[in-house]
Amino acid sequence: MTTAPVLNRRDFLKTGAAGGAALVIAFHLPASAHAAAEDQEKKPANPLNAWVRITPDNRVTLILGKSEMGQGAMTALPMILAEELYLDWKQVSVEQAPTDPKIYDHGTGGSGSVAGSWLPLRRAGAAAREMFVTAAAQHWNVSRDTCKAQNGGVLHGARKQFLTYGELVEDAAKLPVPDFNTVPLKNSDDFTIVGHDRKRFEAAAKSTGAAKFGIDSRMPAMEYAVIARCPVFGGKVAKFDASKAKAVPGVRDVISIDAVGEGAFTSGGIVVLANNSWAAIQGRKALEITWDEGPNASESSESLRKHFIENAAKPGKVVRNDGDADAALSSAAKKIEVVYELPFAPHACMEPMNCTVHIRPDGAEAWVPTQAPQWAQAVIAQVSGLPPEKVNVHTTLMGGGFGRRYQADFVMEAAQVAKATGKPVQVLWTREDDMQHDFYRPASYHKMQGAVDAQGKVAAWKHFQSSTSIAAVWDKNGKDKPEASEFATAAFIPYETPNFRVEYALAHSGVPRAWWRSVEHSSSGFVVETFVDELAAAAGADPLKFRLQLIGDARKIPDFTNPKENKPLDTARLKGVLQLAAEKAEWGKPLPNGIARGIAGYFSFESYTAAVAEVSVKNGVVHVHRIVYAVDCGRPVNPAGVVAQVESAAVYALSAMMKDAITIERGRVKQANFNDYDMPRMKEMPKIEVHVVMSKEDPTGIGEPGLPVVAPAVGNAVFAATGKRLRRLPIQAADLA
Amino acid sequence: MATTFTLNGKSQTVDVSPDMPLLWVLRDTLNMTGTKFGCGMALCGACTVHINGEMTRSCITPISSVAGKKITTIEGLSADGSHPVQQAWIAEDVPQCGYCQSGQIMAAVALLSKKPNPTDADIDDFMSGNICRCGTYQRIRKAIHRAAATPATKAKSA
Repeated sequence: MTTAPVLNRRDFLKTGAAGGAALVIAFHLPASAHAAAEDQEKKPANPLNAWVRITPDNRVTLILGKSEMGQGAMTALPMILAEELYLDWKQVSVEQAPTDPKIYDHGTGGSGSVAGSWLPLRRAGAAAREMFVTAAAQHWNVSRDTCKAQNGGVLHGARKQFLTYGELVEDAAKLPVPDFNTVPLKNSDDFTIVGHDRKRFEAAAKSTGAAKFGIDSRMPAMEYAVIARCPVFGGKVAKFDASKAKAVPGVRDVISIDAVGEGAFTSGGIVVLANNSWAAIQGRKALEITWDEGPNASESSESLRKHFIENAAKPGKVVRNDGDADAALSSAAKKIEVVYELPFAPHACMEPMNCTVHIRPDGAEAWVPTQAPQWAQAVIAQVSGLPPEKVNVHTTLMGGGFGRRYQADFVMEAAQVAKATGKPVQVLWTREDDMQHDFYRPASYHKMQGAVDAQGKVAAWKHFQSSTSIAAVWDKNGKDKPEASEFATAAFIPYETPNFRVEYALAHSGVPRAWWRSVEHSSSGFVVETFVDELAAAAGADPLKFRLQLIGDARKIPDFTNPKENKPLDTARLKGVLQLAAEKAEWGKPLPNGIARGIAGYFSFESYTAAVAEVSVKNGVVHVHRIVYAVDCGRPVNPAGVVAQVESAAVYALSAMMKDAITIERGRVKQANFNDYDMPRMKEMPKIEVHVVMSKEDPTGIGEPGLPVVAPAVGNAVFAATGKRLRRLPIQAADLA
Repeated sequence: MATTFTLNGKSQTVDVSPDMPLLWVLRDTLNMTGTKFGCGMALCGACTVHINGEMTRSCITPISSVAGKKITTIEGLSADGSHPVQQAWIAEDVPQCGYCQSGQIMAAVALLSKKPNPTDADIDDFMSGNICRCGTYQRIRKAIHRAAATPATKAKSA
């Protein structure tokens, strides 16, 4: 048995409150496929087949410890491995990793799939490659340095001999594994795979209907279930009558499940089980339920706004204080005070939440479209009473995730149903369930005060934020002191000012909140990049020049929100994307009448993005014609994938900006489906151009960083076109009047 | 109640409630899961199929209404993904999460059958009933143009 060192990548991924995130890597070269199978039989928990499997048929399989939700991990990660191993792309396969909590925590979030896998996969690939080269040299009895890896095998140049990895795998497996920390990595100048566009592995399956998403899971004798949940958050069933529901053809049973507040949050409710989804939905309509609406029944968007305003009238908790912002404000020549407001936002994955699970006395099987397979496993274990290792979670393809599928609520309630019935069950969420029982992007309120001095420099920047907070959902005692993280990059802005003050006040709400694409950056990006534009206007300066001047000298600004990890903001790279986006968008060149440009640049997930938006406003309607991006996410592993992610983030941002808001009335979400919470349609799409910096820095995040710059770039362009400032999202006609 | 129709070229009989939408008959009764559930109200297009060649949202189409008709689903476009529109989708690397793409492809095929050489404006108008939350719209448009330019599509729609 060949053993590889196990690199513990704890802290590599920042994945929110889901628990300690880690990425563990190991690899194993089995002597043969047969031996590998034997290994597995004898030692099912052996971690050594965790990541890379090379078999005598010369297939190289990456065991994918990340979920694929559209972000392209299934393609970019094997590219990294293939590069170091000198593979022919045709010999590469991908297999979804099993859920073994001892080996994996393949939580997929924080824009970290590529960034977190970059070095581990390079080292694993390099270590395997070195072993194959040694095995070949020994086989031919030649000097090791006359042999080199090439096209999925080893070539001995002088003799023109070639052995495939498949042919070498038995010998290679007998060799010691090189130290991962010192194994020679390929010179990046020699990269032939990384940095070159590669099409998705699963594009064909997703173009033929063959791709299986969670919702497509089928088990023999499976029942289909939907759940009636109290429309008011925190409410519960007072009484119910299922007699009419049970009379609906196809309905098999109606049961009740309780709310759970440990391990995950579920609302409980009345479950209708049927022999197909439609019958279950019809059965649910026939239920007669009286709800106990609980303590949140009077909450509304208006009451929350009042709460924000009350908070803003008092000093907040001081999160950061450089200099004396209040003194600078009181003596300033030019000052502005404005308020920005952002509502709750739903994830609205195209595939509604669902989970398929069968809990037997001796074990459980589950098919889960999840970003957090171990969390899914843990909650099924919790509900079933089984040990986690008896819970087999199959991570499926996901029809979107965006952070929603990092939750385990939809898994836990399916487990509750499966536990109660003992039968295989698929719990389906209708679109209305999905829209009204999400964990939303927090609503937030930002009072901004700033001053510009006589030289046109920022004399003071004061940011008061009140928000409903994600951390408060998980940490009801406030132990985590979440205030700094609520600000994201807004707590360490790149704009030089001697007087910088940041204050926070938590707003209480019964509405569940969680990580929405780009998390706090979606609000922080809008606020910071709109406010700096307002200061530029106050100073009478060009918005681009003003930013570049305020960013100032090249320096690295520590991440104030996470000093432990401290992944600093490199001002030179931020300036780089601002200048590149401006150049590509021909900033300053006159546009046709009625069209104007706006710019924004931002740092998130260790990446730098800038966008120039071109908009016009006609009859009170904003038209976005074009968005020109420059992005620096370190070395782009799959540039085509980077472009796709940025385009995708732009559309996601435009959705929350140009379309609808989630509003609360009587403790519940008012919107229900795409008729009252619509998505951007093809005919509304601007032209999106993405210019990717071909950096040689290690890769950083790209699933989310495209998002935060869109709303400010568009809003700043609206200001340039009309003189009207957009300070509330989504865009409201009254603000353009 | 038994309903008989032609599904992807083969006769098919199901015995379900007459008001059961075709979507759920396909997915749950027949285990043909390529057609997707997105909204249940014909708002997103994920469930798009063809009935007698016409683009139809299967989530609001009662099974009783398809008796005797010819239904084509994503699985029926080709056995092996060789349909020119599917080939264009693969060539342009259109899908991201991919969940909406069955419906997008079925809509695109319907568009090309009516307009073999659509303009951008034709595409935007026709395809705006289909939501893509990943925002693959730019590549969808390119793929439709690509499919329109392939001889097989031209022959088929002629």
